[in-house]
Formats: sequence, structure tokens, C-alpha cells
Amino acid sequence: MIQDELGKLRLKLIAITLAFSFIPLLSLGLGLYDRLSDTYIDKVYGNLRNLVENKRVTIDLFLSERVAQLSNLALTESFRELSGEAYLERIFGVLQLHSKSFLDLQVIDQNGICVSYVGPYQLRGIDYSREDWFNKVMAKGIHVSDVFMGFRKYPHFNIAISRREGDRTWVLRAAIDSDIFDSLVRSVQLGKSGDAFLLAADHVLQTRPRFGHEMFDKLNFPDIPRFSGTRVDEMTIDGQPSLYAMTWLNLKDWLLVIKDDPHEELLPLYRARWLLILLLAGGSLIIIGGAVFTANATVGALVRAEREKATLDASLTQSSKMAALGKLAAGVAHEVNNPLAIIMEKAGWMRDLLSEEDIKASPNFGEFEDAVAKIEFHVRRAKDVTHRLLGFARRMEPTQEDIDVNLLLDQTRSFLENEANFRGITFIRNYQNDLPRIESDTSQLQQVFLNILDNAIDAIDKNGSITIATRHHSESGEVDIAIADTGKGIPKETVEKIFDPFFTTKKVGEGTGLGLTISYSIIEKLGGRIHVESEEGRGTTFHITLPVGA
Amino acid sequence: MGLRVLAVDDEADFIETLVKRFTYRQIPVTAAASGPEALALLDREPFDVVILDMRMPGMDGLTVLREIKKRHPLVEVIILTGHASVEAGMQGMSLGAYDYVLKPVDFGELLEKAKKAHERKKLHEARNPA
Repeated sequence: MIQDELGKLRLKLIAITLAFSFIPLLSLGLGLYDRLSDTYIDKVYGNLRNLVENKRVTIDLFLSERVAQLSNLALTESFRELSGEAYLERIFGVLQLHSKSFLDLQVIDQNGICVSYVGPYQLRGIDYSREDWFNKVMAKGIHVSDVFMGFRKYPHFNIAISRREGDRTWVLRAAIDSDIFDSLVRSVQLGKSGDAFLLAADHVLQTRPRFGHEMFDKLNFPDIPRFSGTRVDEMTIDGQPSLYAMTWLNLKDWLLVIKDDPHEELLPLYRARWLLILLLAGGSLIIIGGAVFTANATVGALVRAEREKATLDASLTQSSKMAALGKLAAGVAHEVNNPLAIIMEKAGWMRDLLSEEDIKASPNFGEFEDAVAKIEFHVRRAKDVTHRLLGFARRMEPTQEDIDVNLLLDQTRSFLENEANFRGITFIRNYQNDLPRIESDTSQLQQVFLNILDNAIDAIDKNGSITIATRHHSESGEVDIAIADTGKGIPKETVEKIFDPFFTTKKVGEGTGLGLTISYSIIEKLGGRIHVESEEGRGTTFHITLPVGA
Repeated sequence: MGLRVLAVDDEADFIETLVKRFTYRQIPVTAAASGPEALALLDREPFDVVILDMRMPGMDGLTVLREIKKRHPLVEVIILTGHASVEAGMQGMSLGAYDYVLKPVDFGELLEKAKKAHERKKLHEARNPA
């Protein structure tokens, strides 16, 4: 019952402690981690965005410079002048002073025929009129091509500018080495698996990526509609989740892409996460341990208090029972005493009359005399009982004497030595030699010892031993006297009753059942305690604890 | 002069038998059923020894004892008590009783004590002639 409740209380204590510890711990931990991860991811995305933006500006700048050079040329020079190859060669030389990436320069007339050319190939006279780019540049005034190999067998792209001069339009076209993009794009500082590339509108690679693909490969890339500014997305391409930072170039429909491994970028965050999990786990273990320890300690203290209370209750119950029984016994004894006194007197009167001559002659004289003697004998027996009862109820105030308990035990034992020898019972003395003398009442203590030793002899009946031990408990200031017999022991169900008045296991007429009752009340009056331990078949031990000072 | 006894107890059967047993031994004895009756008798007749029960309705034994000792200091009193404690007897003796006897009474013991009490009374009377 009480064990169940304490078990529940223990669980409740643990649960409450855990709840009040874990809720703040977890919310703090998770909240901090959430903030940290938000901030960190923002930073990573921001970095990528900056990176891609910077690159775009560089590439746009490069393209716009090239376009500006060509348009300046087209605007400042006339078709007639540029058609002369010597002049064109001089101009090309000037261009190359600024930028080594110009591969060649050609002038194309209104009909798409190359009229002059400077460069490593012989392209004069080629007809471009069917080419798509030619039509575009004639219509729009400027055209930047995708990167291609062409018959130059070298990755490059073309910039073409058309100029209207009088009633005709001519085109200035330059091939530009696209290696410059590779170096611009690849110079992006990235992690181990990071990559950067330019992608044409039809997803064809314009630069050589670091991993997986060759130039001009067509990537399995989602269609990204043109947008302004930059964008960072986490996308899974070819089964590989990556962070993609993207931006469209201003001058050409090329998408600049920086790819990064989220695991690598977010590694510090993952480390922080692991650290957090470890800390939480460690903290949880400590909290659980602490909660269990505290709950166990609390419940343990409660159990001890409960036990002490139970012991106290039991001894209080015993005391109040004794007090009530004492009053009852006294009342009964008084009421019985008066009739006993009358019976005694009447019997005495009969004895007086029996001494008269004429009655002595009666044939039944012997019978009368015997009957009177029996009445007197049994009245005395009854008187013994009532006097002991009254003694139990109203004990004399104990005297205070300086007693050597060991000596008193030896004296008491000597009264019983003869009977014990006769029955084959030995006494074993196990005294503490430096036992302090106690303040108590010699004759009352002797009565108690005698009673218990007498009971021990009766319990053994024949052949056995009685061990008398004395010990001093200095911390409680008490002397403990233990009298242990090797007798038949007391059954569990009667051990509680042995101090009750009139409880006896002896034959009618042999014991009054008051001996232990009186012993109990004597020891209690002397400020001590008496209790019994018994195991059936193995023997009984009486413990008497007495204070050293009264 | 012979021993004259006054026996005081509220138990009629007890006192009656006691009277018979004293009379049988040729000792003059008078019975009183209560404290006031005993005091009245003492005022009228001389007695040597009073046998006085402690537990009586109305006036209890100790009060009667005090009264007797006040009015007739030379009369010896033997207390009859049902209390097994020496305490009650001692209290009586401190009030001037000669001795106490526990109930139920052993008549021989009572007779012995009555005779001794009478001797003491005679001794006292010799020392303080009235």
C-alpha cells in the first residue's frame, strides 16, 4: 500500500524534475540552434550571391569593353578605310594592345561577303549572307554569339557590329578567345567540390567545368527564366543535391552558375548540430541521474520517517494499552478483594467453631476441616493475583540507586543456578567489562531479570543454554541487556501478545500471565524499553534497554 | 485492663464475622458501619484499638483517621487497605496509624497487631498519665 504510493511519488518526482529541466534545456538548445542555423545559412547564401554577382560584373565588363572597342572602331572608321587590309591590320594591332583575346577582325559588306580579314586564316571572300547571325546583326546592330569551335578548331565566340554608312550597311566582326571566360569563371574560390560555369540559353556549357562535363556538353538543367539580380537555390541535379547561385549576364543570354556542395558549406553548422546533440545528451543523462538520485533520496527519507513513525505508533499503542489495562485490572482487583476478605473471614470463623468439642466429635469433622483449609488456601491464591494486579496498576515510585548491571545479573542468575543445573541448562556470560553503572531501582530490575530468566528456563525445559549479554551504547547513553535462550521460541501470532496481562502459555495454576506485563511496566517506569525477538524452534531473545542516567 | 476494639467497615458481612471472631476470643469488640458512627462511638466509650477500613462511602478512612488522632491521640489505629501498594499504608502511618493490614485479612496477623498496638497504648498512657 504505502510502498505503492511511495513508488508513485518517486515516479512523479522524477517526471516533474525531468519536465522542468528538459523543457527549458530543449527549448534553449533548439532555439539557439535554429537561430544559428538561420543566420549561418543566410550568410552562406549571401556569400554565394556576392560571389556570383562579382563574377557577373567582371564578365559583363569584359564583354562590354569588347563591344565598346568594336563599336568605337565601327563608328570612327569608314567602310572604305577598313576595307584596305593594311589599314585593318594596323587597327587590329592597336586592338591587341588592349586585349590579347582578339583572335581576328573582318569587315563584311551589305551582301555578307567578307571584304577584308586580319587573322590566322584565309577568310576573305567568304559569303556569310545565309548565316543566322548575319541577319541578326543586320537587323539589331549588334550580335554576340555563343561559344563554338568553328573552323578555327578553338573555342571562341564572335562579336559583330553593324554600321550604317550612307545608303549601305556594313559589319565589323571579331572572334574572341573564350579561354578568358574559363579563367574568369574558374578563378572563383570554392570548396573541394564547388564548380562554376557559364550556361547558354539552351543549357550548353560555355566554359569547361571542373567536374563531370566537357565544354559544349548539354546540361540537364531546369529552365531558368531571365530574372534580374542573383538567386540561390538548392536543387538536385543528376541525383546530386547542391546549392546553385545564378545570375543572368546583362549583355548576353548566358546564365552564370556557381555550384556548391551544401554539406561542405554547412559543415560548421553540422558540427555545431552534433555538438549540440552531444551536449543535450550529456546534459540529459546528468539531469536524469540527478532526478533519479533526488527522488530516491527523498523517498528513502520518507520510508525511514514512515518506519520510525510506525515503531513509535506501536510503542505508543502498547503504552496506552498498558495504562488502560492497568486501570481495568485495578478496578477488578478492588471489587474482588472485598468479597475475598469476607470469604476469608467466614472461613476463619468456621475454623474457630471447628475447635469446639461437640463438632470435633462429628464423623465429618475431617471433611469440614479439609474444606476450610482448601477455602483458605485458594483465597490466598486469589489474593496473590489481586495484589499482583494492583501492583501492576499502582507501582511504587522507583528508587534511584547506583547499579552495576553485570553484578545484579550475576546475583539474579545465582537464584536460578540450582534449578538450571538440575535441568542441564548452562548460563553463558557475555558481559561488557567496562559497562557504566546505571541509576535505577535494584529490586524492580531484579524482579524483571528473574522473570525473564525464569521464562527462559521454562522455554528450554531441558538441556540448552541461556546467553546473557550486556553492551553499552555510548552514543545513545543506554545500556542494552540481551537474554537469549535456546528454547522452543514463540510463534509469530503470539509474540505480540506476550506482554498482555493474563496471557500465558503455562498450565493453569503455574503462571498468572502477569510476569511479563509487570516487567514491561517496570522497565517503562524506569525509562527503558523492552522488546522481544523470537524464532520458532530456535529460541527467544529479550532485549532490555535502560538509560545510564535516570 | 483488657483490649477493647472498635472495628469500622461498611461491609456488613465482613464486620459481623470479625466481631464474632474477636468475641470468640473473649475480646470485647464493637462494630461501626461508617466513619461518623465510629467517631460518635469513640466520643461515648473508651476504646484501645480501632481497626479502620480505608475504602468507605461518605467519609473515607484517611479522614476518619485524622479526626480520631485529633480527638483521641492515644487511641491506636490499624488500617485495612485493599491497595497492594506500600504507599497507601505509609501515608496512613505518617498520619499516626500504628500499622496496616492488607485485605483479605489474615486474622492471626490482625489479632497480633491489635495486641501490640494495645501494648503501645498502655506504654504511652504510663508515660503521659491523663
